[in-house]
Amino acid sequence: MSGNPTVFPKDPVWPGEGSSRIPFWAYTRDDLYKQELERFFYSGHWCYVGLEAEIPNPGDFRRTVIGERSVIMVRDTNGAINVVENVCAHRGMRFCRERHGNRKDFFCPYHQWNYSLEGNLQGVPFRRGVKQDGKINGGMPPEFKLEEHGLTKLKVATRGGVVFASFDHDVEPLEEFLGPTILQYFDRVFNGRKLKVLGYRRQRIPGNWKLMQENIKDPYHPGLLHTWFSTFGLWRADNKSQLRMDEHFRHAAMISTRGQGGKNDEVVSGVDSFKDQMKVNDPRLLDIVPEPWWNGPTAVMTTVFPSVIIQQQVNSVSTRHIQPNGHGSFDFVWTHFGFEDDSEEMTQRRLIQANLFGPAGFVSADDGEVIEWSQEGFEQNPAHRTVVEMGGYDIADSEHMVTETLIRGMYAYWRKVMGQ
Amino acid sequence: MKMTIDFQTYFELLNLYSDYAMAVDSAEWEKWPDFFVEDGTYRLQPRENFEQGLPLCLLALESRAMIKDRVYGVKETMYHDPYYQRHIVGTPRVISVEGGRDADTIHSEANYLVVRTKYDGESTVFNSGHYRDVIVRTPDGLRLKSRLCIYDTEMIPNSIIYPI
Repeated sequence: MSGNPTVFPKDPVWPGEGSSRIPFWAYTRDDLYKQELERFFYSGHWCYVGLEAEIPNPGDFRRTVIGERSVIMVRDTNGAINVVENVCAHRGMRFCRERHGNRKDFFCPYHQWNYSLEGNLQGVPFRRGVKQDGKINGGMPPEFKLEEHGLTKLKVATRGGVVFASFDHDVEPLEEFLGPTILQYFDRVFNGRKLKVLGYRRQRIPGNWKLMQENIKDPYHPGLLHTWFSTFGLWRADNKSQLRMDEHFRHAAMISTRGQGGKNDEVVSGVDSFKDQMKVNDPRLLDIVPEPWWNGPTAVMTTVFPSVIIQQQVNSVSTRHIQPNGHGSFDFVWTHFGFEDDSEEMTQRRLIQANLFGPAGFVSADDGEVIEWSQEGFEQNPAHRTVVEMGGYDIADSEHMVTETLIRGMYAYWRKVMGQ
Repeated sequence: MKMTIDFQTYFELLNLYSDYAMAVDSAEWEKWPDFFVEDGTYRLQPRENFEQGLPLCLLALESRAMIKDRVYGVKETMYHDPYYQRHIVGTPRVISVEGGRDADTIHSEANYLVVRTKYDGESTVFNSGHYRDVIVRTPDGLRLKSRLCIYDTEMIPNSIIYPI
């Protein structure tokens, strides 16, 4: 252990230089968590809100979340997509209670304030007062202006059918935010084809939200934790792979090409999860058909900081939305999709391979579990720290996956933005 | 078309529901596939997908062989916090019957509630939903041709490992 007898340090400082040792308190402090919401989710960053395919028609809306703030993604009568905060300008109510639907306008049931699909306040009951016995009773003050009391409007960017929004209207353009390298992997999936939503999966994971970003910046674990990846060669240390980051080290792509699997002692010897004799009884679970748009790699996992993970694992494609709620918990919402030109066979294939992923997935259920167990370890001794030193101390793109460099990169960025 | 079934058949149906619950609550996972016919399917689907006509399930096991693959996953490959589960299954409601007096295909449904208890933990409602089943008569008794579990539970408490 660290030798520090204090379990709950009063004014903790980051241990040492660099970002290869992450203090447990980075996952347990409420004050830091609120700062993360302010600095990552509510300013300076684009956050995922959904897919255009979820709201194809004018008036379609879907309620979602950025950080802890409820927002509504809506297509207006001109076909444009707006994102507004789900908080009435009058008394602060989260007025939109349905998760999705179609509306001509929004209104708050409490006092019936009415908003356009762009978020402009259109009407206030009794604004000019109520006439009774020849007198006008009440009414809003004469200087009250509708245009000063709209819903909070977010800046919106769409690309390839994906909708991002930001409370920060000074945020850089989405393309610059992603940077050229990550943009290329983003465009690989979202190359302009219309998306077909297959459905949702929702889980509440009792762990700090950053752990999910780290999970998908950690190519070291999948071939060890996940039997299906190690045994069937879907993802493991002897696969041909690359790790790529943006210039700030906040986003990353883990790119891998499936190997033959089987027994390579170098990578599976002594690995508990590796099952030499394992065969699937129903081969449809691994009925992988390469698609032209992959351009080679069989899996690309992209982390867009702070809010979303883009999954392509063989024929299974999804966005995974991180919705934090408190320092020790986040909701994880999976939107699985396909493409408009998918054959019925391909749709079925995507649906069957989806058994590997999500809250019950052969692979992904483990990830939620280990995140919960990490958080438990952090809570019991916030003065301690993790050791993220596989592959050394540096932060750099890589041509293999035996490294935790992407996590070090994320914490270098985190330290800079958080001033820690 | 709604038809009645005789009490003997209904009794067998009751047994199927209670035997299934007993098997999945007793951690006897190998018994689980035996409740299905060979081309039987098991699907666990969020209510929101079902109601919107979206096909995605949490689990979509398309054959008894695939259900066996899940058993192998539960027993051998998925690292997870161990837990007890307890199914409370309501009285099945027969929706329709095909096959006349033999009642060889029954469409029925039943509410269920699954309570989870982890080591050192309290017992909490884990998953709440209803089964929509197609049940067929086989030489070995009634078996599931398909079981669709549509669950209300909006947020899965981290993960689901064992069969519902």
